[in-house]
Amino acid sequence: MTLTRRSMLTLSVGAAIGVAAGMRTGPAAASAEDAMAKVKEFAGGAEPATGTITLDAPEIAENGNTVPISVSVDSPMTDDDYVTSVAIYADGNPSPEVITFNFTPLSGEASATTRMRLAKTQNVIAVAKTSKGGVFMDKKEVKVTIGGCGG
Amino acid sequence: MATVKPRVKVPKSASAGEVITIKTLISHPMESGQRKDKEGNPIPRKIINKFTCEFNGQTVFSCDLDPAVSANPYLEFTAKVNEAGTFKFAWVDDDGSVYTHEQEIALK
Amino acid sequence: MKKQYLVSVAAIAMAGALSTAAVAGGPVDEKLVIDGEIEMTTRTAPPEGHPLDELISGWHYRTVETRALETDSFENPGMLGVEDGEQIWNTVEGTEGKSCASCHGDAAESMKDVGAHFPKWDAESGRPINIELQINKCRTERMGAEAYKFDKGGQKPLTAYIKRQSLGTPVSIDLSQGDMQSWWEKGKEMYYTRTGQLNLSCATCHEDHNGQFIRADHLSQGQINGFPTYRLKQGALVSVHNRFRGCIRDTRAEMPAAFSDELMALEVYVTWRGTGLSVETPAVRQ
Repeated sequence: MTLTRRSMLTLSVGAAIGVAAGMRTGPAAASAEDAMAKVKEFAGGAEPATGTITLDAPEIAENGNTVPISVSVDSPMTDDDYVTSVAIYADGNPSPEVITFNFTPLSGEASATTRMRLAKTQNVIAVAKTSKGGVFMDKKEVKVTIGGCGG
Repeated sequence: MATVKPRVKVPKSASAGEVITIKTLISHPMESGQRKDKEGNPIPRKIINKFTCEFNGQTVFSCDLDPAVSANPYLEFTAKVNEAGTFKFAWVDDDGSVYTHEQEIALK
Repeated sequence: MKKQYLVSVAAIAMAGALSTAAVAGGPVDEKLVIDGEIEMTTRTAPPEGHPLDELISGWHYRTVETRALETDSFENPGMLGVEDGEQIWNTVEGTEGKSCASCHGDAAESMKDVGAHFPKWDAESGRPINIELQINKCRTERMGAEAYKFDKGGQKPLTAYIKRQSLGTPVSIDLSQGDMQSWWEKGKEMYYTRTGQLNLSCATCHEDHNGQFIRADHLSQGQINGFPTYRLKQGALVSVHNRFRGCIRDTRAEMPAAFSDELMALEVYVTWRGTGLSVETPAVRQ
């Protein structure tokens, strides 16, 4: 067998997949089940509906250390109808909790932005609870590129 | 080196009833408790675990942070301004320290 | 043939990535404007004798989210370091009872554009010095304070604060001073010398393959106009000699010490390679 350009390419792709698949082992990651258990706990038994809440996260994060995420929920934000809190979870981090935003009618809008850590490619989940008992969820997969040059 | 220092961006004035955007950034390592030092000993967790924003004594927004929030935590949120007054911001550290910042806003 | 596979899996993976990467490569064409006001020169024609057709800031090689972080001086986390630097500028230290401000006053005036023209020739020591070494000169000769050790104390924030006063100013260094030209030559030689177990030179990645991917990393031209740079990886300001050492380590070579003759020569040469690009300190990179 000769080392053709194609076989070399295959080899390097194989190596890259090996890396992505976790040759770089870190602390034990939370499973998708752990994250969903947290969602359930936060929702207090209610089944989260889709829509109403929008989670913005990059499709590809250049570095998992600082990933900007934004969440916003459609709500009148009045005294008798507002979003009380939005919790963010990540289903591939050492533990699923990321942050919980607590709103009041004085927030004006139910929207917030922060920057989070992602240990690897995984789903980020946002769940909102309203003062009227509504529960809404959105989910985005963020691919984290591993194998960049260190510093 | 770094002393913990909050930075806050609030507009100087707003119209009554206007929803404004507030941005905050605080220098803090957000040590996750997942890392080890050169000798292999775990580095204890030390993060900002809570942030609150009050306006004239009433809570506008707060959040509970976990170690998955990046170093130098950045928070952006909104507030509805009905009157002139003072925003009070507080960041609570795992070690019990509370870092605070105040900023006034006028009505247009 | 088997033997060849075994040469170095890492080297093959890297070479493979380099050869296949053109698919999604290339710098992004966009404009960098800071705070909606300061227009930055991030693409420019090279100086005479430069091997590249166009000089492109590393900003163009980053994702939309990373690029956005640099456009707003509030959201740029590197500005926390710059603010630390401002505090240090005004803090008295050493036996002479002086701060930087005691001699230099308001940095916004006295340091305006200064950072864009380092490294400079230092006749006293007979070698080029960068801002870090100039700060140490001031500390030991004027303030009666101890020199900062590499990357320690206030070195990174103070350097960043001084360079921030040149935000937007095109980089240009004076090679006619003293012996600068021979240090430039020495730096150039280093730039093109393959080194380490992976047998890579600076030029392999940053001249021959910029715009392509080395595994997951989008290779830039390796410009240093934004240093000290806030790197998301470290979540902190990173100095240019730290970055040089990081790159050299990644080739699996012995790393020269910070501020050594080797790295000072490299800083002179690599700074020249970015002639005309705006100072972006603190840039935000991956």
